[in-house]
Amino acid sequence: MATTVSLPETPHREPTHKYESGVWSWLATTDHKRIGQLYLYTSLFWFIVGGIEAAIIRAQLYNPNSHLVTAQTYNELFTMHGTTMIFLVIMPLSAAFFNFLIPLQIGARDVAFPRLNAFSYWVFLFGGLFLNSSWFLHAAPNGGWFGYAPLTTRPFSPGLNIDFWVIGLQILGISSLAAGFNFITTIINMRAPGMHFMRMPIFSWMAFVTQFLIILAFPIITVALTFLMLDRFFGTNFYEIQAGADPLLWQHLFWLFGHPEVYILILPAFGLVSEVLPVFSRKPLFGYPVMVYSGILIATLGFGVWAHHMFAAGMGPIADAFFSITTMLIAIPTGVKIFNWLGTMWGGSLRFTTAMKFAIGLVALFTIGGISGVMHSSPPSDLQQTDSYFIVAHFHYVLFGGSMMGLFAGLYFYYPKITGRLLNEKLGNWHFWLTAIGMNLTFFPMHFLGLDGMPRRISSYDAGQGWESNNHLASYGAALIVLGTIFFAYNWFTSLRRGAVAGNDPWGGATLEWMIPSPPPDYNFATIPKVTSRYPLWDRKSPELTVNVPHDSQDEQKMDVKIGGQSTGTASAPSDTKLNAPHAHPSARQLGIMMPTPTTKPLIAAFALGTVFVGLIMHKNLPIMLTAAAIFVFSLYNWLLTPLEPEHH
Amino acid sequence: MATAAIDTHDAHAGGEHPPTSTGLNNTKVAIWAFIGSECFFFASLISTYLIYRGRSPVGPFPHDTWKDPATGHVFKGILNIPITSVSTFVLLMSSLAMVLAHSAVVRGDRKSSKIWLAATAFLGATFLGFQAYEFTSFVHEGLTIHTNLFGSSFFVLTGFHGAHVTAGVIWLLTLLSIDMKRGLTPDEAINVDVCALYWHFVDVVWIAIFTLVYLIK
Repeated sequence: MATTVSLPETPHREPTHKYESGVWSWLATTDHKRIGQLYLYTSLFWFIVGGIEAAIIRAQLYNPNSHLVTAQTYNELFTMHGTTMIFLVIMPLSAAFFNFLIPLQIGARDVAFPRLNAFSYWVFLFGGLFLNSSWFLHAAPNGGWFGYAPLTTRPFSPGLNIDFWVIGLQILGISSLAAGFNFITTIINMRAPGMHFMRMPIFSWMAFVTQFLIILAFPIITVALTFLMLDRFFGTNFYEIQAGADPLLWQHLFWLFGHPEVYILILPAFGLVSEVLPVFSRKPLFGYPVMVYSGILIATLGFGVWAHHMFAAGMGPIADAFFSITTMLIAIPTGVKIFNWLGTMWGGSLRFTTAMKFAIGLVALFTIGGISGVMHSSPPSDLQQTDSYFIVAHFHYVLFGGSMMGLFAGLYFYYPKITGRLLNEKLGNWHFWLTAIGMNLTFFPMHFLGLDGMPRRISSYDAGQGWESNNHLASYGAALIVLGTIFFAYNWFTSLRRGAVAGNDPWGGATLEWMIPSPPPDYNFATIPKVTSRYPLWDRKSPELTVNVPHDSQDEQKMDVKIGGQSTGTASAPSDTKLNAPHAHPSARQLGIMMPTPTTKPLIAAFALGTVFVGLIMHKNLPIMLTAAAIFVFSLYNWLLTPLEPEHH
Repeated sequence: MATAAIDTHDAHAGGEHPPTSTGLNNTKVAIWAFIGSECFFFASLISTYLIYRGRSPVGPFPHDTWKDPATGHVFKGILNIPITSVSTFVLLMSSLAMVLAHSAVVRGDRKSSKIWLAATAFLGATFLGFQAYEFTSFVHEGLTIHTNLFGSSFFVLTGFHGAHVTAGVIWLLTLLSIDMKRGLTPDEAINVDVCALYWHFVDVVWIAIFTLVYLIK
């Protein structure tokens, strides 16, 4: 078999650097695929942690008047569950896909700033560890994931708990912002020839829109958190009511960030599902341009709906009416997406793989969450539901039923591209059904609990209010989700070794990432491909699927990507394992492709920056802060003054 | 590559370095995205300042006189518009120097490039000197970040702007030292261009702050 791939002879052993193997190859990596995997495994770890927190919450609420945990611990649990799932699971899991997929989908060899990319990851890792280190000091954040000031100011929340939250979020924000600038530049500037915007895979499109949300929403929470940090550490008056501060300032700033954040969490999952559904329906995405425009419209309107989180604050009829209408409006582009997914599946030859099931799961369950969301757009109705379990039901349908289902679909779909092997479909089936049934069993009864008046964020409740049976159901559902996750974890780790070999294109994919080996070589594309339509791979393998998709002129339609001297255009599809044999593809050095030099400078800079914040929380320890800041500046110079690639004279 | 000083490489790794999709330099696209993000950052700070205008129960105030009922001490409106007008003029002129510095690097005029880079940094530092004087005199007159809402929102807003100017001055001095050491070549003008974009942005933010905080009563 190997004879079909002609490898250049290597007469002498190539010099290997310590950064090219073992743990150093991860610490010093600038490869977007490795950084993507670092994000992936880190966020899956935090998924387990956040899940354990949720399981304890459900165990506590199983019975009335339960004393499994104290009220104080309960506050810490729900605060950390929300903060973890949003900032340490869904966002970085999406970032794992941004990292891994964007360069592959747009036909690039890496992101625009590979070292900045590594920096983003290390800052994220540091932020997550910082936030969770609070558990070991018995000072986990306890002010809710929204951290409403003045409740979170020093007089009302003494102790380290909120300090950890404020500073931890600040650190994570730096990571997201740096990644945002990087991906925007990557998508604008590094698309392969012919990959104009309206040919870009829809996941890359949604990722692109998400980055704009990130770079425009995060500065706002940075300011809100800075005010809170200054109030807590340096005695400013931003949230001091006695000094004349406005008690709604935090709420406005927070939700001006917080609502776009909701779309930061859901749009990447929408993008993944929009990749999965066409492939398993064997049809191009229905209404691709409308999908793009609705994504942009959701992001734009997303900045104009924030105060629907604040109807109960009493803003007056004009503000209530305005935000009520914008909230109803934003349901329109979201509904358009749902119908386009249905249109994609309509009349297709559907294949119910696990990825497809999770994708359909998103379409169904997100719709339920979306409908209860529209219910909140009416202030009188919202006033009945606010701060009740109805809200908990709503946002778990959009975040678990939406984001997580979409991300699971993406994980099953792209696992073969990431690891070279397929996940077991049988175990995947168990995972899907346990999660889907468990999820509905957990969160659907919460609608009724909310309408029956059960408030959010209470550590226990009295018997005899008619809340017992629905709380029982919710806790049973949580147990099913835990069981499903065990199936998933088992599947994940056994498939790494024993899964079926995937080949380049196990699913019959349509986009560029499926034409290169799995896992891809470090340079991704031996020759940068030239793209002639939205579905370059289908053009070649199944041209009948793309007759209605706009193309360049006929003679341009031939795609030709060379891997190891062999054109993929001549390789047999779809499960071609020849090119996937270990070491079947030549190294970047053999092909003469210049890749960024591995370096630990971003790692050093990230940890120095994080240590500045550690100094801050240690009662403004100036020696630590100044030393760390000096190391940060030094490592930044060291990084920026070193060329990205090996010097060639 | 060996001559590039700042991280502006076409990171599109590959022997041949294909041009970017838009023809724009990567760092330039990134700095524009960064500036967009910074707009929201300063917009949040400025909005907070404006929302908190006139809400402090105690002085000193920016424009109005306030008599402390406890001590009988009279605080005049604290903002010194004539002096700040001078420092604003200095900062605006630094943008002119920045433009001249960039054009000198583009032309390969090594003598002018050094002069104008130094002039830009010097004018920026002069602005910071004015700000340091302003801050210390306010503290002497009894306005700190603890005093009232005006103190908190004023010092944090102008302080963050000052921090941006400081970062810009350090950036300019870095470019200047590279220019002194081995000269910035015309094909490295992009490094100066990117710094200039940032510098002009910081300038524009000051125009907004000067108008909204100082001039409008």
